[in-house]
Amino acid sequence: MNEKDIILEVKKLNTSFITDKKEVKIVKDVSFSLKRGTTLAVVGESGCGKSVTMNSIMRFTGQNARVHADKIQYNAMVDGKVESYHLEQFKSNNGPEMRKLRGPHMSMVFQDPMSSLNPVYKVGDQVAEGLIQHTGMSKKEARQKVLEMFKKLGIPDPESRIDCYPHQFSGGMKQRVVIAIAMICNPELIICDEPTTALDVTIQAQIMELLKGLQVNEGKSIVLITHNMGLVAEMADEVCVMYMGRVVEFGTLEDIFDHPSHPYTKALLRSVPVLGLADGQKLETIPGITPNPADVKGGCEFADRCPECTAKCREKTIPSYEISEGHYVRCVKFESFKEVE
Amino acid sequence: MNNEKKEVIFKIDGLQTWFPITKGAFKKVVGHVKAVDSVSLDVYKGETLGIVGESGCGKSTLGKSVMLLEQPTGGSVHFNYDGEFKDITKFSKEETFQFRKRVQMVFQDPYSALNPQKKIYTSFEEPLIVHGMTDRAEREATMEKVLKMVNIQPDYLMRYPHEFSGGQRQRLCIARALEVMPDVLICDEPVSALDVSIQAQVLNLMKEIQKSMNLTYLFIAHDLSVVQYMSDRIVVMYLGKIVEVADSKALYEEPLHPYTKALLSAIPVPDIHSTKKRQVLEGEVPSPIKKPSGCAFHNRCPQCMEICKMLDPAMVHEGKEGHMVACHLYQSK
Repeated sequence: MNEKDIILEVKKLNTSFITDKKEVKIVKDVSFSLKRGTTLAVVGESGCGKSVTMNSIMRFTGQNARVHADKIQYNAMVDGKVESYHLEQFKSNNGPEMRKLRGPHMSMVFQDPMSSLNPVYKVGDQVAEGLIQHTGMSKKEARQKVLEMFKKLGIPDPESRIDCYPHQFSGGMKQRVVIAIAMICNPELIICDEPTTALDVTIQAQIMELLKGLQVNEGKSIVLITHNMGLVAEMADEVCVMYMGRVVEFGTLEDIFDHPSHPYTKALLRSVPVLGLADGQKLETIPGITPNPADVKGGCEFADRCPECTAKCREKTIPSYEISEGHYVRCVKFESFKEVE
Repeated sequence: MNNEKKEVIFKIDGLQTWFPITKGAFKKVVGHVKAVDSVSLDVYKGETLGIVGESGCGKSTLGKSVMLLEQPTGGSVHFNYDGEFKDITKFSKEETFQFRKRVQMVFQDPYSALNPQKKIYTSFEEPLIVHGMTDRAEREATMEKVLKMVNIQPDYLMRYPHEFSGGQRQRLCIARALEVMPDVLICDEPVSALDVSIQAQVLNLMKEIQKSMNLTYLFIAHDLSVVQYMSDRIVVMYLGKIVEVADSKALYEEPLHPYTKALLSAIPVPDIHSTKKRQVLEGEVPSPIKKPSGCAFHNRCPQCMEICKMLDPAMVHEGKEGHMVACHLYQSK
């Protein structure tokens, strides 16, 4: 596959945080690629490093973070031509190169709409800010654009709502405003970090329809971080399952749901309560708890909770095996298959 | 559950919990937030009654009112004292205190429900002392017993809450509620703060405990799939009112109220081959201060009729036994 089809390629991304003079590895050798115009879902429990991975790519990491990557390549499509950016070479987190990318090329929707808007500015001004910064538009023109965006995202009565403050909006409407901020400069790549976790199911359904619409009608590429397997099934084209900072399984939607191969993926799928479970049917549980990333030992991170654990699992770091085309699993059970990096 | 064996433990009749909105220096009451508005319901002994609804629909307030943590402003709640029904809304301080021995509550956030400065031992000892267990050896035996029930080693009593994970903390909270041997456990979103893999552990544990202690659960949650897994019967609430009551299976298989249908269809299914068509509800839950006239759901309802805008529908029986719905679509029958 070439640069035309792949919008984002990440190779061996490592992120660690310095706490108490110790270095704690949070993201370990994460590699994936996102095809243009598709949705990649990143799933895992809290603390598995899914948000840190995306924040590392967007360079939203704090001062105590150390990010190393062999490659973070973003391929922009400008007027039919591909422009490649190598994000791993950018020196500063907030330098001009990075600022040029954030907004017009890639943008992010955060989890909690209540706290990602500034309570003392009107929502319209907050949405217009990026537009004025990046395109040098006048305030008047920007306002027009914001109105169009509000209309597109289904905010009722945009002419009067544009001058409201965030506290006058409900949770679902605030999340639409946050999406408007992310969308206003027309980026190709949108990273959504648990966009609906703070919202009710009926509102979640509205927001998901909206995102799906953006992807289908405007060819946006979306990275959806979530822990809800139901949303994954509805939204994603490809799925990346993470556990303790590693990608344990990567594959298409069919690979993950019809042929889950890593014991963690299987357990994750079986422990979710589904509507219409038969009477007396028990949920399966994953024994134990997610360990503290600071005291993870060598070998497979899931070994202590894994029902199929063998002595081999604890020997060394498990490589990823390609068990069918585009389906990678990090588990010793698949030793006979081809190893990738 | 068998029909003959059904024994009512809570008889809720026209329960209202309104919160006054005050204005000005003299705290003049200018309106009410009708968090729970004329709710009538029977809770049977030994069952799990699930209560679902979107945020702000009054499900937590209902739970708290039944526990007398919020004083109801109207209606009555009768509690079954071994065959004798007493109205808890008229209880004196002493009676309320005794009542709390029979009904206990587990809260949503296990991180803030345990005092971080106290050892688990101290937190666990307190309810027993308060309820008059003066013998130390007896107290320790009780603590050990409840900890065994939730699969936590008794020597963990000397630890502080921060040494436990979220799932363990929620199990501790459940254990503490069980210490006084209650008949009813009100669980307010007990698993929504936990990860999926931990959630399943806690849910299974709760089912086991219910069997062994013959507990009655009032299980409040916003996640319909969790409620359906846990409950025998389910109550669906919308803006302070009950819109549908049904057996958990019947509710899933034949939902009657348009709101229940929409709620069910909004839940994403972790199955890529499902052909379910999703029905997306327009708009949001209106404010409980200014409720729409007539049926509160009429402005979002896909099957809204003229009558819905004027008249509030009453609860009627429809379909299988015990299935009740408040909707004009079923009023004529």
